[in-house]
Amino acid sequence: MNKTIEQIKEDALKELEAASDIKKINDLSVRYLGRKGDVTQFLKTVANLPKEKRAEAGKKANETKKSLDKAFKEALIQIETKSAAIEDSIDVSLPGRIVGHGSLHPITQITMRICDIFSRLGFAIAEGPEVETDYYNFEALNIPKNHPARDMQDTFYISQNIVLRTHTSPTQPRIMEKQKPPLRIIAPGKVYRCDSDLTHTPMFQQVEGLLVDRHVSFGDLKGILTTFIHQIFDEQTNLRFRPSFFPFTEPSAEIDIRCVMCRGKGCRVCSQTGWLEIIGAGLVHPAVFENVGYDTSLFTGFAFGMGIERIAMLKYGIDDIRKYYENDLRFLRQF
Amino acid sequence: MKVSLSWLKDYISVNKNIDDLADALTMAGLEVESVSDRYSYLNTVVIGRIVEIRIHPNADKLKLCNVDIGKQVIPVVCGAPNVKNGILAPCALPGTIFPNRTILEKCSIRGEVSEGMLCSAFELGLGANSNGIMELEESFAVGDKLHQALNLSDPVLEIDLTPNRPDCLSVIGTAREIAAFEATKLTYPEISLPESDGDITNFTSVTILDPDLCPRYSARLIFDVKIAPSPFWLQDRLVSVGLKPINNIVDITNFVMMETGQPLHAFDFDHLAKNKIVVRTAKKGEKFTTLDQKQRLLTPEMLMICDGEKPVALAGVMGGLNSEIEQSTTRILLESAYFDPICIRKTSKKTGLATDASHRFERGTDPNGTIFALNRATQLILEICGGNIIGNTIDEYPKPVPVRVITLSIDATNRRLGTKLSQNDIKQYLSSIEFKIEKIDDDQLRVIPPSFRVDISRFEDLVEEIARLYGYNHIETTFPLIQAKAVRPSKKIDSRYHVKRLLVGLDFTETITYSFINKLSCDRLELKLNDHKRHLINILNPIAEDQSVLRTSLIPGLLETMHYNMAMQNKNLKLFEIGNVFFNTGKEDSQPDEVEMLAGLWTGNRMDDSWLSMGKTCDFYDIKGVVEALLRNLCIANVKFTSMQPEDCCYTKPGHTAQLFVENKSIGILGEVLPKVLKNYDLKQQAYIFELNTDNLIELIPDIKSAKPLPKFPSTSRDVTLIVDKDIEAFNIIKSVEVLNENLVENLHLFDVYEGSPIPTGKKSISLRITYRSAFETLEDERINSLQKNITGRLIKEFNAILPV
Repeated sequence: MNKTIEQIKEDALKELEAASDIKKINDLSVRYLGRKGDVTQFLKTVANLPKEKRAEAGKKANETKKSLDKAFKEALIQIETKSAAIEDSIDVSLPGRIVGHGSLHPITQITMRICDIFSRLGFAIAEGPEVETDYYNFEALNIPKNHPARDMQDTFYISQNIVLRTHTSPTQPRIMEKQKPPLRIIAPGKVYRCDSDLTHTPMFQQVEGLLVDRHVSFGDLKGILTTFIHQIFDEQTNLRFRPSFFPFTEPSAEIDIRCVMCRGKGCRVCSQTGWLEIIGAGLVHPAVFENVGYDTSLFTGFAFGMGIERIAMLKYGIDDIRKYYENDLRFLRQF
Repeated sequence: MKVSLSWLKDYISVNKNIDDLADALTMAGLEVESVSDRYSYLNTVVIGRIVEIRIHPNADKLKLCNVDIGKQVIPVVCGAPNVKNGILAPCALPGTIFPNRTILEKCSIRGEVSEGMLCSAFELGLGANSNGIMELEESFAVGDKLHQALNLSDPVLEIDLTPNRPDCLSVIGTAREIAAFEATKLTYPEISLPESDGDITNFTSVTILDPDLCPRYSARLIFDVKIAPSPFWLQDRLVSVGLKPINNIVDITNFVMMETGQPLHAFDFDHLAKNKIVVRTAKKGEKFTTLDQKQRLLTPEMLMICDGEKPVALAGVMGGLNSEIEQSTTRILLESAYFDPICIRKTSKKTGLATDASHRFERGTDPNGTIFALNRATQLILEICGGNIIGNTIDEYPKPVPVRVITLSIDATNRRLGTKLSQNDIKQYLSSIEFKIEKIDDDQLRVIPPSFRVDISRFEDLVEEIARLYGYNHIETTFPLIQAKAVRPSKKIDSRYHVKRLLVGLDFTETITYSFINKLSCDRLELKLNDHKRHLINILNPIAEDQSVLRTSLIPGLLETMHYNMAMQNKNLKLFEIGNVFFNTGKEDSQPDEVEMLAGLWTGNRMDDSWLSMGKTCDFYDIKGVVEALLRNLCIANVKFTSMQPEDCCYTKPGHTAQLFVENKSIGILGEVLPKVLKNYDLKQQAYIFELNTDNLIELIPDIKSAKPLPKFPSTSRDVTLIVDKDIEAFNIIKSVEVLNENLVENLHLFDVYEGSPIPTGKKSISLRITYRSAFETLEDERINSLQKNITGRLIKEFNAILPV
């Protein structure tokens, strides 16, 4: 019983640390702070000290008593909270209550992205009927009856002069008949061709674009479409413009991008060419302007069209176009 | 179109390697789809040495050879007379596809195994000799691939030509384009014909009765020809571009067509009645048998080549069986004509006959190219088939095709393209493809396109030629100077995307189904005979029976999608689609009414299976909740759901179908799919649908939302339970409180509906919570109690209700 008050405190705290339940802490409390406890005993010895040391020692002993008392109480609270928490705890690893969320069809998502890019460039979104007259689908676009260019698009007929539109291009003359230039429009929609195999579905979707103003050049067409491709794919996407033929544009161009699958090395997707056809485009043929009464000496413009399925295939790595219209939930939920 | 490099080299020199050549052609607008080597079929043919020969035990003329093919010695049965021990010969291994398209397989010939085939030059498509196996020089190494040893390589370009470029449907036409970008000269074949006796006009005549459809007809007569197989080089050329050799005369006409683009036809002159040619349209009901031995019924728009009595050819499409070249033919009349493209196209479409000739004529041949091709073929016939030409040519050209003269402004060209080309540059580009050019002034040129360029008729066409030759990729990329003007987005398009996103948020997945459906869909939906959804639009040329009419409802598409997913074991579905439906207006040859609809389908579980919920299936109130949530999110108020009269229900179950009204305008329906309809679609699981008219829905979305101040005083609520007849719609009770227009009533909430004991049968109890609030003060209990009593009293009276005991 010759321990100093510091030693008593140290021992007490050490034992407290090791105490794991309420009973042990209470025992400790009695053993140190109880009537016969070490601290109490020590306090009693203070009276026997020389007078000059008495005050100092007494103060120290009282402080120790207070701080140990606090430590025991805190330890008790802590252990009580802990045991209470364990009692009503839940398994947080169980899955949460399901909050369902559907998904937009991948074609819708890509259409929205395309429209969004062109909207930012000041294009307005327009739409036209899916069942068209022969006039708007063909003749107004400089595709006369009995022209081999009609073979480029296998047409579903409703009657002699009514067809399921084979492209979104009829929106061009429809808009131009109603609106005077300058204009910038983008027109997404469903189109139909009687063709059904691994790479064709009889219904698919396109986006048409048209810009008419004074002094629009082929260089401008290149500018807008390059911007678009860099936005929808990425800035590193290489592209090329090559001559093609559409009856309603002159000059006509096909825009190819470096195959996003093989990066140009040649693969099945690009039929070993390293390039993928993405957009058909050209300067609006003067005959189309003449058909809608635009002054060809004042206005020029460009038009373009692209297949949405193809862009979605490249962006999402989809290998079979028919998947889009089978609507298998496991497919749709991936987007 | 196919064209081989070796054939091209007859007219031009090519310095580029084949891949660069293909690329350059593509960039010039002649898209090369593929490049293949025409000798790649020899990949499995190796050089073999005959190391042992034995007599075939079961066949006198066959020998059993052991052939050393380098890595091994294989047994080969061979019947060739020239097999000798020790010689080298080509040995084809199993899998080889010969030019005649037969495939070599490992086989047993009269009981003896043969693991290869010793080949003749003819069998390999390498020569005319078919009398024995092809003996090879000693210098070759056994086991080497034959095409490598013989250095056989001839790339063939498959070019996908756009319909505006019929001038390139020939080897010379393609060579001309290459000459332009290779800056080399195109050498046309030299033609010299011998002096000849007689005068063709003494033997025959050509009469064109319809000069619009046949502007030009040139012909020659050649007598004393001998019909035989073509020499190897000629057959080889035809095979290289995928044509089948027939006999020397026919092969020559095909060769010249491939070379020049001008289709030719050879008639057996002795089969032409009265030895003359008459070009006229067919008579109604006239019949004619084409070379393919099919009898065709003619129509008056078809152009016919006739002799003195009858048709002998379907002009520009196919010759007739009655005048074809036969083994016995000695005198031929050779035709080289220019026909109206539209006429040939119509005939080809109507007869379903698409030939190499019709393909060229309907796109437009060179009206001034008939004589050149005619003389070229004549020259080859004399060389190959012998014979004598009769002097002079018949060249009936009643309708000369006018020369096109186009004025080209350099300045306008540069503005259109965004280039800075000089007059000289442009002159050079255009003359490289045989355009004639005269200078008018510093800006303008007078340009005459060659007659074979039928696609060039105006200034803009010339601009494309210039751009093409300058190279699209060399044109500087610029941006249009456009007004920074924004256009207000259309409410319809905007709202449609909004609706789609909301439904996705409500756990629905978007589907897109075909706009065409099965003709039987109306019956499958159990539509009544007078249902306007039966006003279908038929497709005249559907791909399949189940895609033969345009849909008048989105429901068949959703039910079929459900069926497909059930088969894929996706049993819990929440699907929606927005798309057009099409109604026949009954007006002939006119567009249908296109109406945009929104439909949804819920089948299977209410919630995804989890440890929290298992297997509770969805019901009417689930799908109604979705529609209500959608409408609430769109801020469409005052929606009334009323029970649809049983006689008005079609594909939904009577008593489980609600009709939606906003301001007395019907916007759609929702309900449980009729079990019979489910059965018709082979579905075994209950399904709930909604179908709304998108246009009407979108119209109801308010354009402006205005905020209301929040209440300053507390609210108080009172509950009331009424026992009413079972068939009273709860909505009517709520409506009846609303019409009181009591401004202290803030809200009505239906919190319980109960049927069963102790409620008497035929009755139900409905519990309402009415919330009261004043904007100006805290309401006193007394006032509320009296209001509540008042309202309760009215309801009891109106609905013949009683209060619970």
